[in-house]
Amino acid sequence: MLAFIIRRVLQSVLVMLVVALVSFSLFRFVGDPISSMVGQEASIADRAALRDALGLNDPFLIQFARFVGDAVQGNFGISYRLQQPVMELIMSRLPATLELALVSGIVAFIFGVGFGVYTALRRKGWASNTIMTVSLIGVSLPTFLIGVLLIWVFAVELQWLPSFGRGEVVSVGSWWRTGFLTHSGRLSLILPAITLGLYQMTLIMRLVRAEMLEVLRTDYIKFARARGLTNRAVHFGHALKNTMVPVITITGLQLGSIIAFAIITETVFQWPGVGALFINSVRFVDVPVMAAYLMLIALIFVVINLIVDLLYYAVDPRLRVDRAKTRH
Amino acid sequence: MSMTIRMKSLRLSLMAGVAAAAMAFAAVPTEAETLRWARVADALTLDPHSQNEGPTSTLLHHIYETLVSRATDGSLEPRLATEWYIHEDDPTIWVVKLREGVTFHNGNAFTADDVVFSLERVRHESSGFRALHSAVTGAEAIDDHTVHIQMSGPSPLYVQNLTNFFIMDSDWAAENDVEVPQNFAAGEENYAVRNTNGTGPYTLVERDPEVRTVLSLNEDHWGDTPQVTEIIYTPISEAATRVAALLSGEVDLVQDVPVQDIARLEQTDGVSVTTGPENRNIFFSYDMTSETLASANVDDNPFAKPEVREAMALAVDREAIRQVVMRGQSQPSAAPLPPFVNGWTEEMHEFSAPDIERASQLIRDAGYENGFSVDMHCPNDRYLNDEAICQAVVGMLGRIGMNVNLVSQTRSLHFPLIENWDTDFYLLGWGVPTFDSAYVFDFLVHTREGAYGSFNGSRYSNPDLDAKIEALATMTDLEERDALIAEIWDEVMEDRVFLNIHNQLLAYATRSGVNVEVHPENQPHMANVTFD
Repeated sequence: MLAFIIRRVLQSVLVMLVVALVSFSLFRFVGDPISSMVGQEASIADRAALRDALGLNDPFLIQFARFVGDAVQGNFGISYRLQQPVMELIMSRLPATLELALVSGIVAFIFGVGFGVYTALRRKGWASNTIMTVSLIGVSLPTFLIGVLLIWVFAVELQWLPSFGRGEVVSVGSWWRTGFLTHSGRLSLILPAITLGLYQMTLIMRLVRAEMLEVLRTDYIKFARARGLTNRAVHFGHALKNTMVPVITITGLQLGSIIAFAIITETVFQWPGVGALFINSVRFVDVPVMAAYLMLIALIFVVINLIVDLLYYAVDPRLRVDRAKTRH
Repeated sequence: MSMTIRMKSLRLSLMAGVAAAAMAFAAVPTEAETLRWARVADALTLDPHSQNEGPTSTLLHHIYETLVSRATDGSLEPRLATEWYIHEDDPTIWVVKLREGVTFHNGNAFTADDVVFSLERVRHESSGFRALHSAVTGAEAIDDHTVHIQMSGPSPLYVQNLTNFFIMDSDWAAENDVEVPQNFAAGEENYAVRNTNGTGPYTLVERDPEVRTVLSLNEDHWGDTPQVTEIIYTPISEAATRVAALLSGEVDLVQDVPVQDIARLEQTDGVSVTTGPENRNIFFSYDMTSETLASANVDDNPFAKPEVREAMALAVDREAIRQVVMRGQSQPSAAPLPPFVNGWTEEMHEFSAPDIERASQLIRDAGYENGFSVDMHCPNDRYLNDEAICQAVVGMLGRIGMNVNLVSQTRSLHFPLIENWDTDFYLLGWGVPTFDSAYVFDFLVHTREGAYGSFNGSRYSNPDLDAKIEALATMTDLEERDALIAEIWDEVMEDRVFLNIHNQLLAYATRSGVNVEVHPENQPHMANVTFD
């Protein structure tokens, strides 16, 4: 068990290094940060001096080694754009993204499962048809457009909800600032959470529906009905329970992509999370922030996968048997 | 919007109730008015000498103050300086008389030492404004309210460079160890990035970078009390969201209004739009000196031939660009010079009507029977509709046999091309912060050497003009100097160094009842905003 964990952790470190290398080599195509850092009056000599001071003229591998060396010590440097320590910037923005991702994940899960079960049980009803059609729009319209449409309807025309920002936030602990505890904070969450969660909701809904239809045809459901169980017990006690295994796996994996997808939603709603920070950094060629953000996202995915792998190991006896066999 | 109206009516009824009591005090301070201000980007830092960048300076003008500032008509007006003149006996010294009785937000008195210190700080190598003060060799406090600024030579226009030179408190800087601006190569944050101590009409109350900045009125400010007593500044980067926030009444003033929304907003009830010329010209330039062009399919350099340059000027339909691409929001002109800048003349707005037949003939005369092809480089996130302007021009040049291949990309990839001379044909926008033609000549016309010509992507080099441009810097006889400026412009226009398109217009949108004037450098000051 221990050897397995160590091996997986080592593999994860390797993955992180590869991600760092790939993202770092991509930065060379993003452009030159100097022109955004100095005024138009700066002479060519001044520009060259700043480029030298930042080490941008060094060979790629030296820059990369320096970055990894500093990153291992938890030092991602100072943002070129905002002049603040990068780690501090990211940590101050992370709560906003995590809260948004969490809420939209929960919304997507609840409504996805609910609608999925409903449309599976009442396949012919007009409500099912409406839900299926609307959900098609959910997957086919780009997030950007959905966000702008929601703003137009609920903020500009109806004036029910705020069009941008996070509302008022309250500090919890030393660095976590939450919007959950204020009225404006909760109102501000609604539109971005719907925008971000709509795609995932559709995905879960269609998955649940398909699985449910599959399960409803199986023999044990027929036996359950033959035993005279109520519809309620058959549908929710037996059918739904057995559809949930793949649904939970997918939802877990989607959590990572909700955080990554948040970039567009955050930009549309001026949501002060890490995604918006990343986009602004790309525009400015703020290399330290871009590098740290990509490492963070890689870390989130690596950790999720690591947990999933370890869970499989715990759940699936065959993995353990295989390991035992090869050892002999 | 409804919220504010409600608050207003509440305030009105309250006022009616206390009207009798208020009668006794003629000079009751105006009621508290909050202005919610949104624009595309936040200030990058609050350090006043670090980043020479529009939104940063605009916000800092509310907290810190400069010696002189730029009025909305482009003229200089006194701020912390009350008087400024060149020393009677020594033309290399600027004498600046300072305002008396001014204090910083922490209560320290503003004196000549603070100016001397700030001038030292702004000239440090990690300052973004360093180049504007390159002619300064030192400064001396003569008494508490007089400063002598020593220049390396006569610099009659130096005072024009002071409009974004903010004054910091020398004691505060020493206490907090911020005597030099942020050094990017160093690994730590400067205290002045998030903390301020200026003399301005507003003090910093709350700052959450890229989310919200709250300023409130500085009761001890020396100037007239503004109507706006609290400013809530919110960056909203997405254009559609920015406009939606105004329409839903969540902000009162939107500074960066997308061109395509202006017409619609003007017709919306409860919203007004103010437009005015910006200090920025959009033009094309081309490599007119090299033997051959890297991207052209011909063996020589077509842009080196005057006929080709003339043909291009005749092919571009500026009026069409104004109407179609800019939706009427631009001032077409022939010279890259905004109208309020010294050296501008009425003729600079005049250009010959497009004449495709004659332009095609000129291209043929230049020896390109079948035309030629060349790459054009264009930024797509820097100026108003920059990429669309390039696309329009590509089509127009196509009609005279020029097969232009458009390469449009982000600004951080575009500008290094000009710096490294890696482009044959490019779009550039140029503002003139000193409001004098010499600024255009120094950076765009003078041969690239030393501090000169850093944005001269045309490789244009004219020793005779270079000498004249250098002479401008030290000429003290303004009439003679203006004559020389006109002479230089004549030559630049005759050589067609630039294919100018237009001057940009700025648009600010407000909820009705909020009055703001468009500032030519896009640096509106909220102390000048009034409410109906």
